[in-house]
Amino acid sequence: MNPDPQVHRMEPLPSPLIALRARAGWVLLALTALVVASFWSLDLQWGALWSRESVAAMARFAAEFVPPETSGPFVWKVARATAETGAMSALGTLLAAAFGLLLALPAARTQSRALWRIPTRMLLNALRAVPELVWASMLLIAAGLGPMAGTLALALHTTGVLGRLFAEAIENAPPGPAFALRAQGARPAQVLLYATLPQVVPQLLSYALYRWENNIRAASILGVVGAGGLGQMLSYHLGLFQMTRTATVLLAMLALVLAVDATSYLARRAMTR
Amino acid sequence: MDPGTLISPLRPVAERDPAWRGRAAWLGASMLLLWPLLVLTEFRPWQLLEARSLRVTAHFLGGFVVPELSADFLAIVVRETWRTVAIATAGVSLALVLAAPLALTATAALSISSLAGRMAALPLVVRQAARAGMVALRTVPELVWALVFVRVVGLGPTSGVLAIGLTYGGMLGKVFAEILESSDAQPTRMLLANGGGRLQAFFYGLLPQAAPELTSYAIYRWECAIRSSVVLGFVGAGGLGQQMDSALKMLAGGEVCTMLLVFIGLVALADGLSAWLRRLLR
Repeated sequence: MNPDPQVHRMEPLPSPLIALRARAGWVLLALTALVVASFWSLDLQWGALWSRESVAAMARFAAEFVPPETSGPFVWKVARATAETGAMSALGTLLAAAFGLLLALPAARTQSRALWRIPTRMLLNALRAVPELVWASMLLIAAGLGPMAGTLALALHTTGVLGRLFAEAIENAPPGPAFALRAQGARPAQVLLYATLPQVVPQLLSYALYRWENNIRAASILGVVGAGGLGQMLSYHLGLFQMTRTATVLLAMLALVLAVDATSYLARRAMTR
Repeated sequence: MDPGTLISPLRPVAERDPAWRGRAAWLGASMLLLWPLLVLTEFRPWQLLEARSLRVTAHFLGGFVVPELSADFLAIVVRETWRTVAIATAGVSLALVLAAPLALTATAALSISSLAGRMAALPLVVRQAARAGMVALRTVPELVWALVFVRVVGLGPTSGVLAIGLTYGGMLGKVFAEILESSDAQPTRMLLANGGGRLQAFFYGLLPQAAPELTSYAIYRWECAIRSSVVLGFVGAGGLGQQMDSALKMLAGGEVCTMLLVFIGLVALADGLSAWLRRLLR
């Protein structure tokens, strides 16, 4: 009996440099090199950090934070700064939602031609690429110290984010109702207002609320460069080494972040049920 | 039947929006709510158009349109860009060192006592403590950590690395624990029930399933860390952000323009690299 020669023929092994496993090895090597080069090139003061004096200094530094300042007028000031932070985030998000919607229409494929779409998308990308804090420190030049610079910074960055999300939502709206209205002779503005937008409004709202949640957190630290709210108080009192006051501001900041997290967690759970 | 009760197709359609009353009421109410916001944020856009602020802005923007491209300055930008990447990389490495033990401690799938019903009291307390520790690490924004460390160790990259390490340690630990919890617990339970240690059960039961997802999340966080290490520079933690801050304070528009372009390019590069690496893992 003649055995089938096909059965015993081995497949040639792949060349190891092209195989995925080997490529993963190369990537790992590159990552390791990156990590080593990073630690090597930064003059990190680990020695200074773990020396006895510095540990003692850190302990003293931490001890200065207690007890947090609780005098009436100061707590009132912190409460006002917290409200300012909240207002900055709310107004910034609101402005961003308005401008985002305005820019989303020319950016959506179903609403406009490439002539308008491509520059609008580029504008949205540029707005989004620059972080809030960088916007804030640039706006300080034009708007001066204070919460308006922070609000505008939040609005600019968030416009970029929301504009893109809104444009995608509008592109993905079911075309049926818009087609029906157009067939009845409705003008483009009417089609947009009575068919396309009503379908996507819930999604736009949920995107805007999600960004608001992010922006409350961003607004609390934005002030570090001088753009109002809790952050400005933090950097002011930390700069003057008034540690007990810094501790109160920090506590207010943490309370704000935790409150936002808890609210959004509860809201999401209530909505998914 | 009286033909008058039938709606004639020729009857004129109402010209006005039938719901206008409700819409107007909502609009008025939201305007009322908006007023305190405008007061609290000192929102006076016309200030932007005052002569003094227009002059400063015009001076800044005039410099801004021409990026600064002298060789000396470009050398500084290249050095600071590398420092930004290095701060992010070192910070994420530190975060991984912090996150791995915390995530292993917090994962309930590696509990031996819970094999036979409820988890015992001590392991439960230890797990909850690890979770609380991670919450504390990531609740404090990295910028605040950096501000505090700048006071302790002085200006420079050390505070940036520590800030990213602590905040991202908390984030990575939490997500790592969630990934480990959500993978199939059967092999792990089998290994533990047959007398394997917790580390053995992790390495042979959980890690093979979860490794791609864990790596992919760590790479994504590295990408975020690059963005955030630029921001940390603004409080004195070194890198591109610190240069940008001092250029802004000197109203050197051209330098700011160059650094913004480099920053946007860097973020796009990190974005692409991270997407490529994560595609490789799938």
